[in-house]
Amino acid sequence: MVDETAPLPTRPLAPAGSPLAGLSLDALRGTAEAVLIPVGALVATAVVFGIFVALAGADPLETYELMYRGAFGTWFSWQNTLQRTAPLLLTALCVALPAQLGLVIIGGEGALVIGGMCSAAAGMAMMGAPPWLLLGVMALAGMAAGGAWIALAGALRQFRGVNETISSLLLAYIAIALMNHMVEGPLRDPASLNKPSTPPLGEANMIGSIPGLDVHWGLVFGLVACVASYVLMRRTTFGFGARMVGGNVRAARMAGLSVAKLGMITCFLAGAAAGLAGMVEVAAVHGSANGSLVAGYGYTGILIAFIARQNPLAVIPVALMFGGIAASGGLLQRRLDLPDATILVLQGIAFVMILASDTLYGRFRVFQPRG
Amino acid sequence: MSFLRTHPNGALGLEAVGMTKRFGGMAALDDVTCRVSAGTFHALLGENGAGKSTLVKCVMGYYHADQGQIAVGEQERAIANPKDAHALGVGMVYQHFTLVPGMTVAENLVLSRTHVPAVVDWAAERKALEAFMAGMPFRVPLTVPVSALAAGEKQKLEILKQLYLKNRFLILDEPTSVLTPGEADEVLGLLRRMTREGKLTVLTITHKFREVMAYADEVTVLRRGRFAGTGKVADLTPADMAEMMIGAKEIPKGASRLATPLGEPRIEIAGLKALNDGGLAAVEDLDLTVRAGEIVGIAGVSGNGQRELVEVLAGQRPPAAGEIKVCGERYAATRAEMKRHRLCLLPEEPLRNACVARMSVAENMSFRTFDDPPNARGGWWLNGAAMRGAARELIQLYKVKTPGPDAPIGTLSGGNVQRAVLARELASDVRVLIVANPCFGLDFAAVADIRSQIMQARNRGAAVLLVSEDLDELFELADRILVMFDGHLVHETPTTQADIGVIGQHMAGH
Repeated sequence: MVDETAPLPTRPLAPAGSPLAGLSLDALRGTAEAVLIPVGALVATAVVFGIFVALAGADPLETYELMYRGAFGTWFSWQNTLQRTAPLLLTALCVALPAQLGLVIIGGEGALVIGGMCSAAAGMAMMGAPPWLLLGVMALAGMAAGGAWIALAGALRQFRGVNETISSLLLAYIAIALMNHMVEGPLRDPASLNKPSTPPLGEANMIGSIPGLDVHWGLVFGLVACVASYVLMRRTTFGFGARMVGGNVRAARMAGLSVAKLGMITCFLAGAAAGLAGMVEVAAVHGSANGSLVAGYGYTGILIAFIARQNPLAVIPVALMFGGIAASGGLLQRRLDLPDATILVLQGIAFVMILASDTLYGRFRVFQPRG
Repeated sequence: MSFLRTHPNGALGLEAVGMTKRFGGMAALDDVTCRVSAGTFHALLGENGAGKSTLVKCVMGYYHADQGQIAVGEQERAIANPKDAHALGVGMVYQHFTLVPGMTVAENLVLSRTHVPAVVDWAAERKALEAFMAGMPFRVPLTVPVSALAAGEKQKLEILKQLYLKNRFLILDEPTSVLTPGEADEVLGLLRRMTREGKLTVLTITHKFREVMAYADEVTVLRRGRFAGTGKVADLTPADMAEMMIGAKEIPKGASRLATPLGEPRIEIAGLKALNDGGLAAVEDLDLTVRAGEIVGIAGVSGNGQRELVEVLAGQRPPAAGEIKVCGERYAATRAEMKRHRLCLLPEEPLRNACVARMSVAENMSFRTFDDPPNARGGWWLNGAAMRGAARELIQLYKVKTPGPDAPIGTLSGGNVQRAVLARELASDVRVLIVANPCFGLDFAAVADIRSQIMQARNRGAAVLLVSEDLDELFELADRILVMFDGHLVHETPTTQADIGVIGQHMAGH
């Protein structure tokens, strides 16, 4: 949990008896700060990444133009982007939800993988059931498994004092190893020769596309989950308690709140979101659980949540941007002969810039309320 | 007494003239002048927020004054940082100790020097320190670890450290707040002797009139960032100084104690044990009963387990052993229990213990009721309009100065945060009230107001547990006074028969 005694990015004390006027303008300043600082960090990212591609022998402007085309230039690239955005929305929530309580969970990859594996196992067990029932059970299994995985990290934090950041990261490695073991052993489809996988779900049992789009329903799940998370945190008593814990755990205890319960439930919900992403990957993209689940969506989700400043609604545009970056990777590789890892370099630079920009809050006079 | 810039025996005089320091649009110091003659004991008086700390921090180089000159000794000086101040012989003793507990007195002294050689010749240092100690009016054993010293000894060591660093102008920031009355008298008496001998000049920040009257030669009073008066203590009465401090404004009269019948036990603590952050027992074998209609005061020097006791009752620290009953039922500090027994808390440092700085005033005022109608519809949906409406009423009723219910509570001044918490906790008809140092750092008017609220709660039949480091407060409010020392309750007396000397001895563990 964050150190509640650490100085918050608060503004200088308002002089006693300052007039009521100017509050709405101050709110506007606060919002401008929350938007402009990440935007500034992304501009800085673009400059540094531009230098990087220039050193790699490519023209930065051409690179950005290509990236735009690869991500949002055509209807086809838009759909490609949206397809990749879907799991990112859910894995970003896996970070953003616990962050409301001051917990830094970075093990979304593990919850996604374990959720995908368990949903595939549930699918195997339910084979022959009507598709809606089969998919429903798969989704529940994926969410329960992913939720339990992150709740485990939450429980270690609440009851044993283990740092949740480290434990969730380590649990991700265990999840990946467990998934590999299962798909190469007990759950393996004997017909999968080159790439050990669970038995295919079959075309009829897959999650289809949203009508009129070549994008699966996972996108809708992600969008609904983001909006629901926002509503949960901002408009419900549960969210109020969670924000109290996140803001000052001592005050929350003094109000008699059960910090452990709030933390466990939130961790479960976070893991459930990532687990649902795993289920969608299985039931909408791969058709079975296999090593392809370990695609780094969980880690990109961390980045997205931080750029979105842990706001579930802000996750939506940021995830879209990163979906687009991922979608443009192939084009960069083919047209500019840049290595595959270029996109990872961009993500890494963006992460560092965003973390660094966190220190800028409260430093600019323009954004401060006027006394 | 004419103004003396330097005393032949070494003491330095200091003049700060026309000091102005602005933070944003607000002047924390506005054209303040303070003259401290060499070899005097000078008190700097003022309410909280009057600018005492700001003035001293400008002198020490922590802040840079926007206007004004500082002269140390014979000439005007520019003090850019605390190092410059030390180089001129100006040192400061802070409210809280700046010693390394695990190291010995000798090690702490050597460590405090600006230039410590990479390899310390301990034999030579020891000899030099012994010679230094021999020339001092008071001594602290050199080989003892600081953690084994009592608070008074530590405070003496802090002062010795400044003398060891050859500082001849000493600023003390509320130096007696961690001491028992006896220890305070000893330390202040020794300092006064040194000023009399012309070896040292002392400027002390304080709000205790008793100490000013007994030890200070001169006093400078600040009010709201401005110079409010100065004079020789011999020519002034506490009433004169109080008037300078607060101006002509009326101090609200506290609520009087009504003769109420003692009711049933509301807080029953048996055999309580609690550990501190280091895992050591901070509270041990504590038995305590508070009945309806009484205020039980707990006195003690800070750090004797009072904080941990309050934290256990607030649910911020799990008890290690023992049983707590509230209104006859076992109590585990859950929300349901607090609501059922209408148990409320006014913890010390409200921003740290009872508020979420970045949540709004209205939200902070709803911490007790956010999940009850009308703030919550169906027990689940927040009703922001209801919260804001209730907050507006409380803001008006308790005179909380805030830009509005939506301002983050962290932007309010300390006194107003305290008022907001008070409003929240006393809004319902409280039956059990736990209070810790409620008036720490507040101005006269706020103090009188808050004390009167506590007394009114008692008069309405609430059981009040008041933990305070301020004996005056305990004597004013409590029906019974208990003294806590080293995690135990060591003394109990009805306030009407209480003797401050006896209480002081128990606070010191005798």
